[in-house]
Amino acid sequence: MDSTAHTFKSNALEALGDTRLQDALGRLGHGFPVKRKAAVERMPEFEALRDAARDIKDHVLGHLDFYLERFEARVHERGGHVHWCADAAAARETIVGICRAAGARTVTKAKSMIGEEIAINEHLAAAGIEPVETDLGEYIIQLRREPPSHLIAPAIHLAKGDVAEAFRNEHKQFPGDRPLDEPRNLLDEARSVLRERFLAADVGLTGANMLIAETGSIVLVTNEGNADLTHTLPRVHVVVASIEKVVPTLEDATAVLRVLARSATGQEMSVYNTFVTGPRRPDDPDGPDEFHVVLLDNGRSAMLGSEFHDMLRCIRCGACLNHCPVYRSVGGHAYGWVYSGPMGKVLVPNLIGIENAGDLPNASTLCGRCEEVCPMRIPLPRMLRDWRERQFDRGLGPAPARYALKAWAFLARRPALYRRVTALQAAMLGALGRRRGAFRHMPLAGGWTAARDLPAPQGRTFQQMWSDRGGPRS
Amino acid sequence: MTDSRAATLGAIRAALGRGPLPDQETAALEARLANPAAGVVPGRGRVDAEARIALFIAEAERVSATTARVAGPEAVPAVVARFLREHNLPSTVKLAPDPQVRSIPWSQQSALTVTEGHGEKDDVVGVTGAFCGVAETGTLVLLSGPESPSTLDFLPDTHIALVPAARIFGTYEEAWERVRAERGADGLPRAVHWITGPSRTADIEQTLLLGAHGPRRLHVVIVDARAP
Ligand code: SF4
Repeated sequence: MDSTAHTFKSNALEALGDTRLQDALGRLGHGFPVKRKAAVERMPEFEALRDAARDIKDHVLGHLDFYLERFEARVHERGGHVHWCADAAAARETIVGICRAAGARTVTKAKSMIGEEIAINEHLAAAGIEPVETDLGEYIIQLRREPPSHLIAPAIHLAKGDVAEAFRNEHKQFPGDRPLDEPRNLLDEARSVLRERFLAADVGLTGANMLIAETGSIVLVTNEGNADLTHTLPRVHVVVASIEKVVPTLEDATAVLRVLARSATGQEMSVYNTFVTGPRRPDDPDGPDEFHVVLLDNGRSAMLGSEFHDMLRCIRCGACLNHCPVYRSVGGHAYGWVYSGPMGKVLVPNLIGIENAGDLPNASTLCGRCEEVCPMRIPLPRMLRDWRERQFDRGLGPAPARYALKAWAFLARRPALYRRVTALQAAMLGALGRRRGAFRHMPLAGGWTAARDLPAPQGRTFQQMWSDRGGPRS
Repeated sequence: MTDSRAATLGAIRAALGRGPLPDQETAALEARLANPAAGVVPGRGRVDAEARIALFIAEAERVSATTARVAGPEAVPAVVARFLREHNLPSTVKLAPDPQVRSIPWSQQSALTVTEGHGEKDDVVGVTGAFCGVAETGTLVLLSGPESPSTLDFLPDTHIALVPAARIFGTYEEAWERVRAERGADGLPRAVHWITGPSRTADIEQTLLLGAHGPRRLHVVIVDARAP
């Protein structure tokens, strides 16, 4: 998918004026955050579980080479294949190659953010292989040809009417006047259409919530059961996962699962957590003949050891999106690429380059809610400030802000001049604003005064008043 | 492929500011893998046997599963027949070729038509045997294999799972311990399924609906040991 992250400002303005989107985002506020809070309150050990999950991932990141090699060895022992891919292009080529070798015509897919990151659907289609999304939300947005707007609820920006419209347009096999007014009708129709697709697919493509070094297993978490039909029914199962997903043992994976669903949807546990290890065994009545894991780097190794190292602990739960005042005002599409919300603002510049990420690092109030709720205790606000600094150092921010900061820095290094300039400024503004006590308009500050008044200073600076009162007392 | 493998591992080591790990450190990591340790285990599941079963039932029902507890295997067919009748479901059931399921005297219930095998397109009701239950969240653990086909857990609209009362453990960690003890350290089957309630989605306007792609109903029958 092409990024429009550089036009965040105009994307956001458009989103704010979209009343259907605003209704959908309103629903989000009453859903996930309320349920998360209830789940956390039911679990007295929750803070200790967060610490444990964070420590596991920190341990892994420090020994990532070891755990990946162990994982690979275990997959081989179980008769599976591991494909190392440095970037999106290599991963796409590998996946298309496996599908071609299998003679695949259709590929069922369980929602995978890495799949979105490498835009695998477009490339499968270009190779004449039909990708079929099976997560309900992902299926809906595939029919509408748009990207997901949330990590775990990809169609959260839509109303049921939008879904009905998409189904009427695409499911021509049913009578045109059938009732599709209720979510239940929509789900039942999708279930029947997709059941046929599951049974007919040649390859099943899934992501992985985790990879387990101890056993060579991959972990799949869903509520719908679509991932299980995806890896069980076709002849070939392909897993695409980024390298930071590995954890040491089944117990470590369990520790992460204890915080994942609670943080994401407020469930105690997702309905289906599946640990898949290799292809079908000789006596198995079902399961695929081939099992492939595509291990993708795509910028992760470069984040190791950098100021964005901690971001690699992310488990894609979506809690930071659900609690972000900016995400809840503009939705996921405004961010312009696959990942949105606070985690997207930190991750996207790492993956597509800060020069292509535009205003993303500035699209934050730094209120700190994201870090408060992040199960992996990722310091998202700190990393946003790091991106802002990098943008400034590389002359990438908006020009007026850069000049203003430079001018301020010049004055701040010259205290005598600073005092004289600010005294003059305060006196002038104080005289001008005496009558109303505030300014309705202010040259160079139109963005600020468009929505609020600027209080007028009282005519003297703080330092002047301070020294009148005798200055610092010893 | 070998090239990108070396490149990725090399990039990781360079970023971490070191070469391959020294043997001593590798040995310590191998030991961590060989002796998987439980981390923070919530107190909720660490209770005695009867409290565990009560907790399992409460948690499973919280997530819309239904449960029944019976005194022994001979009581299972009647409970299954009643469940199907109450939900207006057909009385044809597909059974997993599992010793636990086979030990049930199905023929005593003439109302039931039973067949055995893996899950197929037209199966409406599947009966499988769980490896164990986990009380902390009302979760069933099912291990795929010849006796327990994954397809039977997912394709039928109604999933009925049997679990012996004595195999309801408190925590996931105990479940892993039993898997290792009974199947060997290398004994993971192709798929280990943790199932907590029937399939669901909230993808349309955040409205919670049961029966997305997996079963619309999950009925757990807890079987006590036959009285001696
Ligand atoms: S940054 Fe934290 S809260 Fe956000 S998705 Fe990742 S793990 Fe969840």
